[in-house]
Amino acid sequence: MNKYRRSILYVLAFALLLAGAFAFVQDRIASGSVYAQGPTPTDDQVNAIAKQLYCPVCENTPLDVCPTEACRQWRELIRTQLGQGWTEDQIKQYFVDNYGARVLSEPPRQGLNWLVYILPPMLILGGAFMLFRAMRTWTKPVKATADAGKEDEEKPAQDEYVARLEEELRKQK
Amino acid sequence: MTETDKTASKRGVPLWVQVAIWVVLAGLLILVAVTLNKRQQGTVQPGDQIPDFTLKLYSGYEYEGKGEIKLSDLRGKVVVLNFWASWCKPCEQEAAEMQQAWEKYGPTGNVVFLGADYVDTEPEARIYLQKFGITYANGPDMATKISQLFRMQGVPETYFIDTDGVLQYVMIGPFSSVDDISTQIEKLLP
Repeated sequence: MNKYRRSILYVLAFALLLAGAFAFVQDRIASGSVYAQGPTPTDDQVNAIAKQLYCPVCENTPLDVCPTEACRQWRELIRTQLGQGWTEDQIKQYFVDNYGARVLSEPPRQGLNWLVYILPPMLILGGAFMLFRAMRTWTKPVKATADAGKEDEEKPAQDEYVARLEEELRKQK
Repeated sequence: MTETDKTASKRGVPLWVQVAIWVVLAGLLILVAVTLNKRQQGTVQPGDQIPDFTLKLYSGYEYEGKGEIKLSDLRGKVVVLNFWASWCKPCEQEAAEMQQAWEKYGPTGNVVFLGADYVDTEPEARIYLQKFGITYANGPDMATKISQLFRMQGVPETYFIDTDGVLQYVMIGPFSSVDDISTQIEKLLP
């Protein structure tokens, strides 16, 4: 009877141990699923966005190559946001909201910013058109004017020479 | 005028186009001149009335429980506006002194200290604020609007605004002692 009872105790102890181990594994699995991190965004992924941004502190230096502490913090912020699943547009919008539109390498196409996109091509086209027209007036009429001028210049000189020659001949006669 | 000259002038750019081009060029030149002039002016000068602005505040650094603060709401008080950033080493030289000055004048209710965090990230800013035990109202200079209003040239810069909202003193660079800060505040207290 004692032997039987002891066996039951062993079985119960084993079952408890098994249940404990199972609970521990479950807990580990559960905690693993809660704290599991996504893959850390690489430098290339961070720099793909960073190169489209400029820190106002270091003008004319894109964020991806800017060596200052402020820029390093910004790149880390981009890495964190990428890790949290933010899209490129969301990250850029965050930077615009917090630091102003001047952080963008390309000004947003809205309002007065359109001038940046429209004015230079218009000026280049206008300039090219004016140059084209000017060159036409320089070549054709200039040639005509030059020919006309040549005739005008030669005629009186020639006439004068002939007249003088004739006068000299007359004198000799 | 010969016939050829007449033909050339007919082919030339119409007068109204020439006028338009000159007007546009003159406009661009004026724009460039105004911009350059503004840049050369430096920061706002003592005696200037400071335009109203709103500073959004970091959670935990509110002013009288409010999440944002408007300059016009502080009429009747001396305002000490300090621009700083966590990446700015010279700012660290005066951070403790600013806090000490706040502890000295804050309880009187006549002086308000405001920290405007320039081009910074919030986690780094919070580390900085905790490191120096700063307790006065602080918040990010969103879209750098306030610093542009003051035509700020770098951090740190501190502006002392009197009870009527008129700028009375500008400190470019860090303060070296609490006494220096106190001297400027004392001048403005009624």
